Amino acid sequence: MAEVLVLVDHVEGKVRKTTSELLTIARRLGEPSAVFIGPGFDAAKDTLARFGAEKVYRVESPEVLEHLVVPQAELLAQLVSSASPAAVLVPSSPEGKEIAARLAVKTESGLITDAVDVQAAGDGSGGVATTQSVFAGSYTVSATVTKGTPIVAVKPNSATPEEVAGAAADEVLDFTPSEAAKGAKITESKPKQATGRPELTEAAIVVSGGRGTGGDFSTVEDFADSLGAAVGASRAAVDAGWYPHTSQVGQTGKQVSPQLYVACGISGAIQHRAGMQTSKTIVAVNKDNEAPIFELVDFGVVGDLFTVLPQATEAITAAKD
Amino acid sequence: MNIVVCVKYVPDAQAERTFNASDNTTDRENVDGLLSELDEYAVEEALKIVEAGEGEVTVLTVGPDAAADAVKKALQMGAHKAVHVNDAAIHGSDAIATSLVLAEAIKKIGAETAVDLVVTGMASTDGTMGVVPAMLAERLGLPAVTFASELTVEGSTATIRRDGDASTQTITATLPALVSVTDQINEPRYPSFKGIMAAKKKPVEQWSLADLGVDAAQVGLDAAWTKVESFTARPPRSQGEIVADEGDGGAKLAAFLTERKFV
Ligand SMILES: Cc1cc2nc3c(=O)[nH]c(=O)nc-3n(C[C@H](O)[C@H](O)[C@H](O)COP(=O)(O)OP(=O)(O)OC[C@H]3O[C@@H](n4cnc5c(N)ncnc54)[C@H](O)[C@@H]3O)c2cc1C
Ligand SMILES: Nc1ncnc2c1ncn2[C@@H]1O[C@H](COP(=O)(O)O)[C@@H](O)[C@H]1O
Repeated sequence: MAEVLVLVDHVEGKVRKTTSELLTIARRLGEPSAVFIGPGFDAAKDTLARFGAEKVYRVESPEVLEHLVVPQAELLAQLVSSASPAAVLVPSSPEGKEIAARLAVKTESGLITDAVDVQAAGDGSGGVATTQSVFAGSYTVSATVTKGTPIVAVKPNSATPEEVAGAAADEVLDFTPSEAAKGAKITESKPKQATGRPELTEAAIVVSGGRGTGGDFSTVEDFADSLGAAVGASRAAVDAGWYPHTSQVGQTGKQVSPQLYVACGISGAIQHRAGMQTSKTIVAVNKDNEAPIFELVDFGVVGDLFTVLPQATEAITAAKD
Repeated sequence: MNIVVCVKYVPDAQAERTFNASDNTTDRENVDGLLSELDEYAVEEALKIVEAGEGEVTVLTVGPDAAADAVKKALQMGAHKAVHVNDAAIHGSDAIATSLVLAEAIKKIGAETAVDLVVTGMASTDGTMGVVPAMLAERLGLPAVTFASELTVEGSTATIRRDGDASTQTITATLPALVSVTDQINEPRYPSFKGIMAAKKKPVEQWSLADLGVDAAQVGLDAAWTKVESFTARPPRSQGEIVADEGDGGAKLAAFLTERKFV
C-alpha cells in the first residue's frame, strides 16, 4: 500500500490534535508516514504510534525551522520523489498552506486547501475526494486532484482521531536546506504567555466576545471557564485592543469549527461568520433582537450579556458540583 | 524603490456569491465585484513606503474586463501605474496557473526597472486560499516574509512582525523580496477627490498571455490541477429557539447547554 505523508504539527515534541486527525485521514488513503521536523521526537513518538504512523521521517536540524516554510517544502518535495506517496496531508494553518503551496509548485501537483473532509476517491483511482466549505460557509464544494501527488491542507476538527497502533519506525533523514531557502530568517521570537485555556482552533467549545463586552471580557471568560471552552473575539474587540489578535475569529482571524460556538455581544458580520459558520451548534447572547447572528443560532438569548452570562455560569457551575 | 502590488478583483462578499453551473467556476459576471478588501492593505503599505522615501508603485491584476475596477481603485488610492493581464484563456485558472501568470508579468515589469518588492494581501476574500503569495515567491525565487502585521524597509532589508499563536516573531529578508500583509498592518486610505481625478490619467497596460510568452494551454479551467466536481448550497440553518431575557435568560441558556450535553 502506498504511503501517505503527514506533516506533524508540534511544539518541541508536543503533538497537536490536528496531527492525530491527519493520521486518521491518512489511513483511509494508504499507510500513514509522519514527517517530524525539529527537536522533541522522543516526546512525540508515542502519540504518533498510537494514531497509526507506520513510519516517521525526521529531521532534527534546527536550521530547518529558523527559515520559515521553504526548507520544509524542500524536505517534503524530496520525500515525494523518494517515497512516491499517494498524498501529502498538512494542517490548513497559514504556515501549512504556505508549505503546501510551494510543494505544489515544486512537484507540479494539485493542491486543495481548507478541506473539511478527505476520502479515497470512489473510482478506485487511488486519488482523493475532498470537501470544502466556501463563501463564508454558504456552499459546500467537492473537488478532486487531477495532477501529480494530491496535496491537501486539512482544517482542524475534520476527523475524529482513531487509535490504531502503528510501528512509528523512525528514519533520520539526511537533509540540508538549499542556500535559496535561507532567504528569510526569524531573528527574534517572543513567546506568548499561555492562558491555560484550550487552543482556539482545536477546542470543542468556543465562547467569543465582541464590542458588546465594552472591553470587559471577564464575564465571557468566566462563562467560558465553566464550560472548559476557548475564548475568541470579534475584530471589533481586537481592534479596540481588548483581546489579542491571535484570538480573533473570522475571515482574517481563526476559522473555528467547534461542537459549540457561543457569540456574546457580537452582531454577526459576514467576515465574522466566515470564521464560525460551520460550528455544529451555535448560540448567541445579544441585546438587539435584530442582530444578524440570530439568523444562525440554534439557541439565542435576547438580553444583556452582563446579566445573562453570570446567571448561566452560576447554573452550570452548580450543576457540575 | 520599485514596488509591484498584486491586487485581485473579487465578487462582493456582501452579495450572494455563487458558481457558474456550466463549469463549476466562481461566478464573476453576475455578481458585483470590487478590489479585494484585503488587497487595500497591500496598496496602502506600498504607498507608505514610497511616500517615506522614493519610488513607484505598480499595481498588477490578473482578471477579466471587470477587474479594471480593482485597478482603478488602487490608482485612485495613489498607485502610479497599472498592469492588467486579461485573456479569455485565463478563465477558470486555479491558484497555480494564476501564480504563473503573475510571475511572468512581474518578470516583464522587472525587465524595464528591476522590482525591489512585491506586496500582496494575505488572502483573497473569494477563494481565501492564501497560497498565491507563496507560489509566486517560489516561482520568482524570491525570499518571502508573509502575514506581516508590521513592515519596515531599510536599505536592502525588509523586516516584518508576525503575530503567531505561540510567539511574536521578527523576520527579515534581503531585497528583492515578497511581503504579504494582514489587515492589522495599517488603515487603508479612501481615495481623495484629487486622487480620483489623477487616476484618470495614469497609464494602464493591457497584457495578453502572448505578451507574456505564456502558453494558453498552461492556464484556464482545462489546465487546472484540481477539479471542482460539484457544489451545493448549504441548507439554510433552520432558525433555532430565541428567548427574550426576563430575568431567567441565563438559566434557560444553561438548561439548553445541559440538554445538549455540553455541561
Ligand atoms: C477586510 C475585513 C476583514 C474582517 N475580518 C474580520 C474577522 O476576521 N473577524 C471579525 O469578527 N470581524 C472581521 N471584520 C469586521 C466585521 O465586519 C465587523 O465589523 C465585526 O465583526 C463587528 O464586531 P462585533 O460584532 O463585535 O461589533 P458590532 O457589530 O458593533 O456588534 C456588537 C453587538 O453587541 C451587541 N451588544 C452591545 N452591548 C451588549 C450587551 N451588554 N449585551 C449583549 N449584547 C450587546 C449589539 O447589539 C451588537 O449586535 C472584518 C472587516 C473587514 C473590512
Ligand atoms: N488574479 C489575481 N491578480 C492579482 N493578484 C492576485 C490574484 N489572485 C491572488 N492575488 C494576490 O494573492 C493574494 C492571495 O490570494 P489567494 O492565494 O488567492 O488567497 C491576494 O491578496 C493578491 O494579492
